[in-house]
Amino acid sequence: MGLQGATSTPHLLWFFGIATCVKLLLIPSYHSTDFEVHRNWLALTHSLPLSQWYSDETSPWTLDYPPFFAYFEFFLSIFANLIDPQIVHLKKGLNYSSNTVVSFQRITVILSDLCMLYGVYRLTKDLDSKRRTLIWVLVVWSPMLMIVDHVHFQYNGFLLGFLFISLSYLEEGRDLMGGLFFAVLLCFKHLFAVAAPVYFVYLLRHYCCGGLVRGLRRLLAMGAVVTAVFAVAYAPFVYHGQIQQVLRRMFPFGRGLCHAYWAPNFWVFYIILDKLLAFFLRKFGFATPTPEASFTGGLVGDSSPFSILPQITPVTTFMIVLLALSPCLIKAWREPQPGMVTRWVAYAYTCGFLFGWHVHEKASLHFVIPLATIAVQNMDSARHYYLLSIVSCYSLFPLLFEVREYPIKVLLLLLYSIIMWLVFSAKFTDGEEAKATAPIKKEAGHVAAKKGGFLIRGIEKSYLVGLLVVEIWGQLLHSIFFGERLPFVPLMLISIYCGLGIVYSWIWQLRWIIRSPES
Amino acid sequence: MEKRRGRKVMKDKEEVVDDDPWWWLVHKGIAASFLCIAMFALLVRVAVSLHPYSGAGNPPKYGDFEAQRHWMEITLNMPVEEWYLNSTTNDLSYWGLDYPPLTAYQSYVHGLFIRFFHPESVSLFTSRGHESYIGKILMRWTVLSSDALVFFPAVFYFVFVYYSGRPHGQKTDIAWHIAIMLLSPCLILIDHGHFQYNCISLGLTVGAVAAVHSNKELVACFLFSLALNHKQMTAYFAPAFFSHLFGKCLRHRNPLLEVFKLGLVVLGTFALVWWPYIHSMESFLRVLRRLAPFERGIYEDYVANFWCTTSVFIKWKRMFTTQSLKLLSLGATVSTCLPSMLQQIWAPSNQGFLYGLLNSAFSFYMFSFQVHEKSILLPLLPASLLALEEPFLLKWITLHALFSMFPLLCRDGLILPYIALSVLFTLVYHAPTGRQDRKEAPSFNSFVTTIIVLCSVVLHIVYLTMHPPRRYPFLFEAVIMLLCFSQFMVLCFYTNAKQWMLKRSVFVDKEKKLL
Repeated sequence: MGLQGATSTPHLLWFFGIATCVKLLLIPSYHSTDFEVHRNWLALTHSLPLSQWYSDETSPWTLDYPPFFAYFEFFLSIFANLIDPQIVHLKKGLNYSSNTVVSFQRITVILSDLCMLYGVYRLTKDLDSKRRTLIWVLVVWSPMLMIVDHVHFQYNGFLLGFLFISLSYLEEGRDLMGGLFFAVLLCFKHLFAVAAPVYFVYLLRHYCCGGLVRGLRRLLAMGAVVTAVFAVAYAPFVYHGQIQQVLRRMFPFGRGLCHAYWAPNFWVFYIILDKLLAFFLRKFGFATPTPEASFTGGLVGDSSPFSILPQITPVTTFMIVLLALSPCLIKAWREPQPGMVTRWVAYAYTCGFLFGWHVHEKASLHFVIPLATIAVQNMDSARHYYLLSIVSCYSLFPLLFEVREYPIKVLLLLLYSIIMWLVFSAKFTDGEEAKATAPIKKEAGHVAAKKGGFLIRGIEKSYLVGLLVVEIWGQLLHSIFFGERLPFVPLMLISIYCGLGIVYSWIWQLRWIIRSPES
Repeated sequence: MEKRRGRKVMKDKEEVVDDDPWWWLVHKGIAASFLCIAMFALLVRVAVSLHPYSGAGNPPKYGDFEAQRHWMEITLNMPVEEWYLNSTTNDLSYWGLDYPPLTAYQSYVHGLFIRFFHPESVSLFTSRGHESYIGKILMRWTVLSSDALVFFPAVFYFVFVYYSGRPHGQKTDIAWHIAIMLLSPCLILIDHGHFQYNCISLGLTVGAVAAVHSNKELVACFLFSLALNHKQMTAYFAPAFFSHLFGKCLRHRNPLLEVFKLGLVVLGTFALVWWPYIHSMESFLRVLRRLAPFERGIYEDYVANFWCTTSVFIKWKRMFTTQSLKLLSLGATVSTCLPSMLQQIWAPSNQGFLYGLLNSAFSFYMFSFQVHEKSILLPLLPASLLALEEPFLLKWITLHALFSMFPLLCRDGLILPYIALSVLFTLVYHAPTGRQDRKEAPSFNSFVTTIIVLCSVVLHIVYLTMHPPRRYPFLFEAVIMLLCFSQFMVLCFYTNAKQWMLKRSVFVDKEKKLL
């Protein structure tokens, strides 16, 4: 196995190289305000002392990621300064968008993807060569990463790399290292903390076990490691008396329940239900209060945006997320298996995405990409991943709203669908594989066994066709039927329709977790 | 027992290709892998089209992009008869139409498409030098759609025909060949970066080659005539087509009838395309004169062909008049074509035909009149069709073709896609196959090639970072030209020799089968 690993590692590099070429070509494409956000962070970490990083307000795009990310930007700003000092100039650099700065920042994203490359390699290094190749194809050529990181502009590949490294240590049984890397990840981006309860329960039960003394000693060790990581991150700010400011920046609960473009999650249905209820009550003559704030504004303030249904606060969303997580936590408590960790963590991020406060549509990356690594385990997972990745990639389409990028996003999605179809049907042609250790074998098996290939069910097929209808409606038919009126409808349709797919994925994952055998 | 053995064989086979990372791509057959690769190739093209085009923001003449846009403007707003006529509304000195009528029709159709969405960018007079966000996108989409509608199906047709005769072809190799053809970096850079429609004429040529391979000579004639009528440069392939088809006709029972049939198709196609211009001799000659711009001189810029390279030592332009240079270049081109033509008339074979295409395109590139850097695309095409037989040839010619266009692409601001596509090509070329059969030349050769590659990498860096001495402002261009010319020369000799060494039996076998 070890020898095989050595021979096929170049394949991974090769896949990555192909992806890198496309990423390089995408450098001049549209970039969002996130580009200027990160440019500003480069400037402020370079030109200000550490004590002012989190209090500077020169630009509206203030630093709101945890300290490790600030250190990372500081590290990058050293090179930026060598290449073009204007990039890191706090005032002159504002909205600077010359070719140098675009190329520099894009290339930092491309290079930081090496972290993901290592993570994927580490996570798959003990698998057989076929399965490994497929996982590499699915992860390295993910269109979502391409759209969000290399067109829209963010560093998700880099961060997911840390998650992969952490998961790979957990799967190996080296829990201390797994915990360490998860703590590091949290200090890069705190949104990943949704999986912290899963990590906590799992590590408590899997690592801190084996008698009271040994368990206690291990608990202390883990605590010490995690504390050390957090100390490295936050101690300088505590020293400068900035810690409250840091926390204020990191948790801005002043924002609304939903982002300007509604992420396809549970709250979309909640809002729609509220609107419908209000509409019908008004129709039947009941006086209903008209909400002052609109959802699309982003900032909501104190007034309740709902007319009928109860108002949602951050605490409510927090409780709902925990509640949705609880089956998984119970499972992890009763039977902490290393093989299930990836599923559990992905499930946690799904819950966070569905029920969280002010969720961005980009957050779906946090569970779709890890799920790619388990998609080739069996037919059922493959089918679920096929649907989920198409839906969540499609839900990212509104991010790239310019005409020029339209063929790019469509081709990325089409190409990936074809690749997935080829990959999964290649994987499951034997029929033997289809009968693998699937707990929900009965439903999964009969379709697969009959023809011995990868097939999706009728209902899933019609759902995907519906996606096409939604897209045609948004691009073409809406303007024909309604002209300039109701401009929010196409986006709302995408949110609702993709929301259905994500809810389906959540239920599927939940069912899988509940039904997984307790050996 | 039988069954068990069968299974065992299958298992063995599977174990052999176990390390093959492409089993998932090819297991559904050629069509599925073609679809996947084509999708990727399209994605690459769209991504390249984000970059600037030739002459972007560079008045007063701009570049090829403006030329194509201007043709759309002219063809949309003028009657067919006046497209090639100099008048107050159609100033031929400003990017006048100088391609054959099929290009004009194509411009007309694309002009209709653009006018539907954005009339400003093709309106008469006022759109001159028009540059806008939406205008650029629409223009890019016309090239993309032409590529997807002409070049891609042609490649599919070729692959289908080429490999249907060989049951032993490894699926992975076929997929590799498709990828090599669809991801040719030079074609992508010129069409989707620099801005031209080579994909149409080259696509039609590939279709014609495929038709020849499937023994449909009449279809081949039709397609090749169309290609000729889209871009006169396609005439680089004409000697090969002529000699191969002529050689085949000679082997028929009734050679004269065959030649007559082919001639009829060619003439018919030409008549169809030239219909608006063949009513009077005057208009016919007018168009013809536009197609042969001899006043531009024997070479332009720094093209790595014979005339330009030797002009470093021999000042051709000063020593001879244009008239005698015309004759000289004609003589040189024909005499260098001749061996390959003779071989095909002597022993026409499918394999020899591909070599013949390569050789005649090479001799035109090297010796004909008025050659442009971009003309290297023509020898590249048959080289990519031969990729599986001559992988090293393809790699070498592609790398040097790219290099020879480097100064041009630098001017267009396409350095980034140049780098990305060169890397992409190298990666695709060296795709991990899990097998070790695609071995390259022995160690001495690989030593020489490494040296040359290193030299060209250094030259790239020098070209980008250093200023040439003031006395020789084009020193670096000249060095690049010399290097590329020497390599093209070597390849040219090699392919000519190779064509003559092909076994004659290939065709005879096929003929027997047909009988």
